[in-house]
This record gives sequence, structure tokens and C-alpha cells, in this order.
Amino acid sequence: MENPLYLSSSPHIHSGETTDKVMRLVIYALLPATALSIYFFGLPALSVLLICTLGCMAFEALSCKLMKQPLTLVDGSAALTGILLALNLPPSTPWWMSLLGAAIAILIGKQIYGGLGYNPFNPALVARVVLLISFPVQMTSWTAPAPIGSGLDAVTAATPLGEMKTAVMLTGKLPEMATSGFGNYFLGNMAGSLGEVSALVLLLGGFFLLFKKVISWHIPISFIGTVLIIGGIFWLLDPSKYPNPLFHLITGGLILGAFFMATDMVTSPATDKGMLIFGCGCGLLTVLIRLFGGYPEGVSFAILLMNACTPLIDRYTRPKIYGQVEQKA
Amino acid sequence: MKLKSFSGGLHPPDSKEYSAHKPIERCPLPEELIIPAAQHIGAPADICVAVGDQVKKGQVVANAKGFVSVPIHASTSGEVIAVEPRLHPMGRELPAVVIKPDGLDQWQESLRQNDPEQFDVEGLKNLIRDAGIVGMGGATFPAHVKLSPPKEKTIDTLILNGVECEPFLTADHRLMLEESERIIDGINILRKVLGIDKAIIGIEVNKPDAIEKLTSDCAPHNIQVQPLKVRYPQGAEKQLINACTGRQVPSGGLPMDCGVVVQNVGTAAAISDAVRLGRPLVERVATITGPGIVEPKNLRITIGTPLQYLVDQCGGLNGEPAKIIMGGPMMGQTQLSLDVPAIRGTSGVLLFRDEDLPKKPAGPCIRCGRCIGVCPIHLQPTTIAAYARLEMIDEAENYNALDCIECGCCTYICPATLPLVQSIRHAKGGIMAKRRKI
Repeated sequence: MENPLYLSSSPHIHSGETTDKVMRLVIYALLPATALSIYFFGLPALSVLLICTLGCMAFEALSCKLMKQPLTLVDGSAALTGILLALNLPPSTPWWMSLLGAAIAILIGKQIYGGLGYNPFNPALVARVVLLISFPVQMTSWTAPAPIGSGLDAVTAATPLGEMKTAVMLTGKLPEMATSGFGNYFLGNMAGSLGEVSALVLLLGGFFLLFKKVISWHIPISFIGTVLIIGGIFWLLDPSKYPNPLFHLITGGLILGAFFMATDMVTSPATDKGMLIFGCGCGLLTVLIRLFGGYPEGVSFAILLMNACTPLIDRYTRPKIYGQVEQKA
Repeated sequence: MKLKSFSGGLHPPDSKEYSAHKPIERCPLPEELIIPAAQHIGAPADICVAVGDQVKKGQVVANAKGFVSVPIHASTSGEVIAVEPRLHPMGRELPAVVIKPDGLDQWQESLRQNDPEQFDVEGLKNLIRDAGIVGMGGATFPAHVKLSPPKEKTIDTLILNGVECEPFLTADHRLMLEESERIIDGINILRKVLGIDKAIIGIEVNKPDAIEKLTSDCAPHNIQVQPLKVRYPQGAEKQLINACTGRQVPSGGLPMDCGVVVQNVGTAAAISDAVRLGRPLVERVATITGPGIVEPKNLRITIGTPLQYLVDQCGGLNGEPAKIIMGGPMMGQTQLSLDVPAIRGTSGVLLFRDEDLPKKPAGPCIRCGRCIGVCPIHLQPTTIAAYARLEMIDEAENYNALDCIECGCCTYICPATLPLVQSIRHAKGGIMAKRRKI
């Protein structure tokens, strides 16, 4: 034996699970929705996606260099943040806003806390909300989908949730689009941010993550379930004023948020019970903001508010350990 | 039917195919046997032979010191050629008796065959203690101590551990297949000592042949064979009790606190030899295996045989070894050299080459919660480990660090490849040090 032997304490084998594998799987799960957004919104969507993703990676590399830390691009988390940010922006977002969003997500949302694993808030949502508050006009001007090859021009349109909010504020009644025939939104035929457009492909990606055990069912199911139940209660109280819960489900960013944003491991509770509380909180806040808040969409705010509660939830949901039983006399 | 198990844990690749089909082979005697005085949990035995002494197989070479201790025996006949500190599997030099075998392998004449029926409980316990019987799953806790619960503890169930949940190891599997009569005899003696009837053998369903064999052999003896779902660390005492009976050992307590005594199947076989044949614990079955071994085998080894000799019996090294592990890959101890001897607790020797070792550097915790999901005690390993790294010992204690059984599931699953169980061990050391000071 010429080479020295390794000495270490057990265990001596590893599952092969790695952080970059986790990130890669989430990126794969988002690919169908990403592709569909390019199909619906064309080149503008592609440019938002590219600027956000490459921007996030560039700012990540820059901060590593400035802080003299090893380059962390390989873990895939910066690219994932970029894709998620893009999916949360309108297709008409100007290039400089996309870039600014990437800078906010990586520098203020993530690296300022110490990088991956230390950020209290979902970086992509921090960026989206900063942009939304700073540039309300650009962040709420939407275009109707003009699928590639359809010959349609991109025309300004309102999102279903926006249209509903305006109508309810003006007339106190739901518009017709929110009461019937909203099923085709399920396939993505509506105005919205890149990632809001198709509930169907997002669900496919979400199920892929569940199947691969990257995420557990607790957050998406409790989040969506709460929206359906609370939304349903209001609908039963006054169906002329409050929309069908299914309208809540397939419009806006609920599915994107429940499967891909709220499940961000860093910023959500770590125990099953904690995740259920977190998901219910997200769902409740989403419905309240949508129905009674100033903004038409509440998913981002709901998740960020619950991110802030995560340490508290973790503290009060410690699992009961083995052996905490009555001692047998 | 849903198979019984415990909550938490995981199923790493078995890697048992290397040796599961290989019948137990007797390993010949080496040039010299190194017999350490410390081969059990508790006080090391007092060496009572000197250089030049002729010893017989089974003769006491070191006397037990105190109640939680057992005597050590010569494992063959021959001459004592040294009494000196030798490299021990624990990683440092410890007192040992070195014997040069005379090749006759002669048992000490005074050893007598006994009929267990003619002994009372104390008599049987003395035979077990004098034979140096310790827990052979690897923990090496003196068997007679476990069999002497205080009067106020009522024991109603004996569980035999035939789980062998560590990947690679197949020694218990082969023992159950080939020597079930020794195990069953040992169980009958154990039941007599404990004064109880109920005995359960827990075996995971990845050993269907052993389950079938023991089920048919146990039928006339009123011993229950319990098939269990394949899940590591089911062979850990607390998890096995939970899987077989649904009970939980109270935090900080012992199995006897929930009415159970657990013994390894190998220990039961050794108890049969100790009582019926009067033979002390001088040999055991161990699996010599791993990708670093040419021909993995299950060997019946003489206690004190150097690992190098065992490796030679298995076709030698396959490539350059990078890690020598005594025990399994999840909880085994790395060794400084192949010169250390196999001792009473050596359930296996595992050799890994450089390419077989995980080497990814640790990254930041992404709070994925997988360590919490797999922890069989339902601890929050990443939280305790973070406190441990910051030397926040009180907080680690508050998060129940002392309940950790160090099974290693958290480190195994961690996608950030953080040394979680290692940090928790550090915290446990700190908590114990603090308690000693008070």
C-alpha cells in the first residue's frame, strides 16, 4: 500500500443526491412552461428569459468575484432564479428592467445574505415585487398571446384577474369573462406574465417534481386547497361578486407560485407540518389580496409574507422525537 | 399485507450480492494472533498471562474487571510471545496478548459440556459472563448485563436481531441460513434466563431464504419470525423494538424500560456454545467484502486474526485500498492499517478504493428537509449540526442532540454533502463534557 488511507467517521457512502441535481430537475420541470411562453408571446418573451437568466448568472459570478468566493454558478441556483424571475414578468418588460430585476434578485435577494441557503425571501419574488412597486405602469401592461405563426399582432390586453378587479371596482359585479367560459385559460390563452399563461404545462412540471421527490405535496396542495376552499366560501356567499374558485385556480400565478415558488426549500419550512401551515397561509393571503386588496394578483405578496414567517413556523413545528413517551413503570 | 417497520430511515443500495450467496468458510490460523484486552464496552479486562506462557484454546488471558466487563480468552493453543500495546481497531495502541499458535488448536481440558436444564438463572448468567459473550452486532455490550435488569423492570419480550441492515454485510444472514439450530438453542437459553416465553426474530425481507428457514425451524419452539420491510437503520435497537412491537424506548432510557431485551442472532449462537459446549467466545463469522477485495467471503474467523490475513484468504486486494472499514459502510470505523486484529465486535471488513469514495465538497444547506425526513429519531439534524458548528452546545442539547443514534442517514442523504452526523457527534461530545463539569 503506497498511498495513505482515508480516515473519517461514518458514514462512508453517500446517496449521490446533490444540490445541483435538485436545481437541474426544477429547471427541467419549468422547460415546458418556458417553451410555451415563447410560443405564445414570441421574441419579447425569449428576450426577457435570456436577459433574466444570463443576467442572474452574471451577477452571481460578479458577487462571487467581489467577495473572493469560489464560483457557485455550477449549482444552478442562479440560472433557476433567472428563469423564475422571467416567468414572473410581463412579456413586454423592457430589457433594462429585466436586467435590473436580475440584479435585485441576486444581489439584494440572495448574495447580500450570504448566498444560496441563507436568503430569507424568495429572490425572484423580491425582484418582481420591487419592480412592481417601482414601475407599476410597465409591470401591469400586458399583451394578449399572439402565437408564433398565427399572424396576430401583439395587442394590449388585461389579465383575467386585472379585468375582474377593474369590473368589480367599477360596477360591484363580476364581468362575464369571470363567470363563464374561462376554461380556455387553462391552456394558456390569456394575457399575463410569461409563466402564468398555462396552467396545464405548469401542472405537468409540478407533477414531475413531485414524482422525482424534489418537492413534497404539502405546500402545493395546502396552498391550492386553501385558495379553493376560501375562494369557494366567498363564491357561495355571493356568486355575482366573487368568482368561481376554479377561476382563482387557473388564472394568475397560483400554480406557478404553489409548485415552483412557495416550494423553494431555502425560504419555506422544513417539516411536513410546517409546510402545511405555510401553504395554508399562502392560500389565505392570496385570496384576501385578490378579493379585497389593491392589487389584482396576490400570490407573490402572499409567498413573501409567509417567507417572513418561516423561522417562526419552524420554531413551533419541531417534530415529536422518538422516545418522548411515558416511561413504563 | 403491509410489512412492519419504523418511521424514518432509508434504503441505501444493499451491495450484499458480493457475498450473500457464499457459504461460511473457516479461515485458517495466522502466524500470530493479537488479542486485545479491550473488546467490549465497559472496563478493559486485566491481562493475567506473561510472555513465554503456554496457553490452551479457551483459557482466560485477561480477567473481567467489574460488572460491566467480560474475561478475554486465548483463541487457540500456543505460546504467548508478547504482552504489549498493539494497534487496536479503535485507532490507537492498547494492551494486547500476542499468541503464536502451536497448530494443535487444543481446547482447555477443564471446559465442560453442560445441560442448560441443570442450571438456575444465576448459573446460566455466570456461564455467559465467563465465556466473554458480548453483543456481536458490533456494539459489544456484555450480554450478561443486558440479562440482569433491575427487579423493578418487567421484561416480557425477547427480540433477536437478524436484520443486518448495514449494506455489504451478510455474516448474520449466512449464520441464520446455516446454523439456525445454534441460534434457536441460544434463544431457548435466553428465554430461560429472562423467565419469559415471547421471542421474536426480526429479519428484513431481502433475506427470504433466512425467513423461510427460521420460520420452519422455529415452529416447534414457539418463536415468532417477524419479516420486516427493508429499511436502514432497522438493526438499531430502538428502531427494531419499534418495528417488532410498536413500542418506543423512552428518550434517554434502555430497551428494558419498555419491557424488551434485544440480542443479535450471532450472540444467541455464541450463548448456545457457551452454555452447551462450555466454549468461550473465541471465534465469530464476519463478512470480508467491498469493491477493494478480489473474492468477498463470509469467514469464520479466530478472534485476533490480523485483517491482512483475512484479506489474503479472500484473494487479496483488488486495486489500491483507500479506506479500510471495520463494520458496515454506514456506521463502521475506518482503520489505520491492515495490521489491526479482528475482534469480538468485528461483523465485517470492508475495503474501498479511491474511486469508490464520495468526494464532493460540502456546500451550503438549502434547507431541503431530507435529513429530517430520514432521521429515525425525528430530530432536525441540520439545525443541530448548525449549532454544533457554532459551538452552541446548549441549543444543540435543547434540540435533543443526545438522542441521536449516529446512524448516518442524514449525512448519507444530504444533497449539500454536509457532514451532519459528524457535527452532531461533536455536539454530543460537548454536551457530555459540560455534564461532567457540573
